[in-house]
Amino acid sequence: MLKTDQLTKQFPAPNGKTVLAVDHLDLEVDEGQVFGFLGPNGAGKTTTVRMLTSLIAPTSGEAWVNRYKVGRDDREIRRTVGILTESPGMYDRLSAEKNLTIFARLYEVRDVKGQVEKYLRMLGLWDRRDDVVGNFSKGMKQKLAICRALLHEPKMLFLDEPTSGLDPEAAKLVNDFVRELKTEGRTIFINTHNLDEADRLCDRIGVMKQKLLIVDSPQNLRQRLYGRKVVFHLRQAPPAVVELVKGLPFVKEVQCLTTESGDKLVVALDEPETQNPSIIRKLVEAGVDIQFVGELRHTLEEVYLSLINK
Amino acid sequence: MDKILTIIDKEWAEVFKNRVVLFTVVLLPLVFTIMPLVILYTMETAGPGGAVSEMPPEFTRMCGDLRGTACTQVFIIYQFMLLFMLLPLAIPVAISAYSIVGEKTTHSLEPLLATPITTAELILGKGLAAAIPAIGATWVGFLVFILGTRVLVSTPQVSARLLDPVWLIGVVVLGPLLAAAAVSMSIIVSSRVSDPRTAEQLSMVLIVPVLGVFFGQIGGLVLIDAGFMLAMVAVMLLVDAGLVYLGVRLFQRETILTKWR
Repeated sequence: MLKTDQLTKQFPAPNGKTVLAVDHLDLEVDEGQVFGFLGPNGAGKTTTVRMLTSLIAPTSGEAWVNRYKVGRDDREIRRTVGILTESPGMYDRLSAEKNLTIFARLYEVRDVKGQVEKYLRMLGLWDRRDDVVGNFSKGMKQKLAICRALLHEPKMLFLDEPTSGLDPEAAKLVNDFVRELKTEGRTIFINTHNLDEADRLCDRIGVMKQKLLIVDSPQNLRQRLYGRKVVFHLRQAPPAVVELVKGLPFVKEVQCLTTESGDKLVVALDEPETQNPSIIRKLVEAGVDIQFVGELRHTLEEVYLSLINK
Repeated sequence: MDKILTIIDKEWAEVFKNRVVLFTVVLLPLVFTIMPLVILYTMETAGPGGAVSEMPPEFTRMCGDLRGTACTQVFIIYQFMLLFMLLPLAIPVAISAYSIVGEKTTHSLEPLLATPITTAELILGKGLAAAIPAIGATWVGFLVFILGTRVLVSTPQVSARLLDPVWLIGVVVLGPLLAAAAVSMSIIVSSRVSDPRTAEQLSMVLIVPVLGVFFGQIGGLVLIDAGFMLAMVAVMLLVDAGLVYLGVRLFQRETILTKWR
């Protein structure tokens, strides 16, 4: 569905030198996947999307989108992808319906009227179709921009910061809609700073800082960076408890923390599903009261920051 | 073709909601058409006279058999016909400055460029959207001026001067060339500024040579005949070639997205 091979983009700098925006990017996104592209400002995310949507040409390397080659099949790429740009960029003096009608015609949509109505209804804007967009809230403009990106039923959708600047309610609506699009089998490529959003929406995540630092599922990223850790909440940990658990051959690391509500035993494991029962048995045999057990879940923010700051 | 028509439709739907643009497109041709008619009518009703001797001698030679008021009326027509040449410059500048800088400030160019439209279709659509009203207004104004002169001026030779090849070349050939230059100039200027008024004012630099000819004619330094008009057409062809080349170079997807500020 999407593949890049050593994709690179350099821009000329005012001092006569060049600025490396994207450095030899190798990436693959499969059909039907939601791919999250994370990275700090200036990391090259928008430049990558612009190259993949044939808006700007790569300096070197190759890329294919929907089996079309960037730089060679640019019009075909633009016909088969939808893009939600960082700023909605609507025509404020025109009505919502007129805005979409213009883009439907430019995207060569056959049933212009039908498609415009379908998406205006789908995103709850049908009743406001005759209102000029300049009077819309930011959330409404963003919804209208999503309609615009979908009018020609693209197989692949690029969303650049889809919930940036939206209030929680509007952001939830956008995220719910992305989930709905995923169920339709569309491939979605999201540039985002919202790590929580990426964690909940994306099948795979790539972290970018000019170079692609890592690509994997959110869960695998956590494991690759932090391993898996289980927390055993104990009423009171006996002094030898750490040594007791450390004695088990599969245990990688043990740490005991004392809190007001009791003690916590943090154990690093490879497969908690099969290894937890042995630890529980050992603790019970040692007369330790276990209050509850849970997996220590690192946030994607921790993962991201550790990657970016490396 | 459908995409070009879509761009024209979009441009007109948007820019004609802008009062400044509407004012330029409607009021300017109206003033340039009505004002000379009022002057010609006043001269007609004022009776015989007219200080022909105060006009440049080259011009009085052009009057031929015409004397007194009729010769002065021809002089007035020649002056205002030159002002007519300002319309194909001023109107496209107003439209394209607001259209291109407007798209820059609202960030609506990127979604537009992401559609399967070609750069040529986009430039052509925007260019035609700016040039058609200008050429249309000039031609309609010229037609009204011809009809008005026929009705208001008693000497038929005076109104016949409007159908002189000089002015037909001016309106039919030079007008569209001036409009093309104005559109290209707007694109070049709009790529560097982020305020439509600044873009409009900077693009208006094109008016200076036309005003130069206008004042040159008043001062007797320039005589507009068929040869002069053809020379102007030749010059504008060269200017257009240069401006269109620069405009097209600036109006590329990558340039717009990465260099336009």
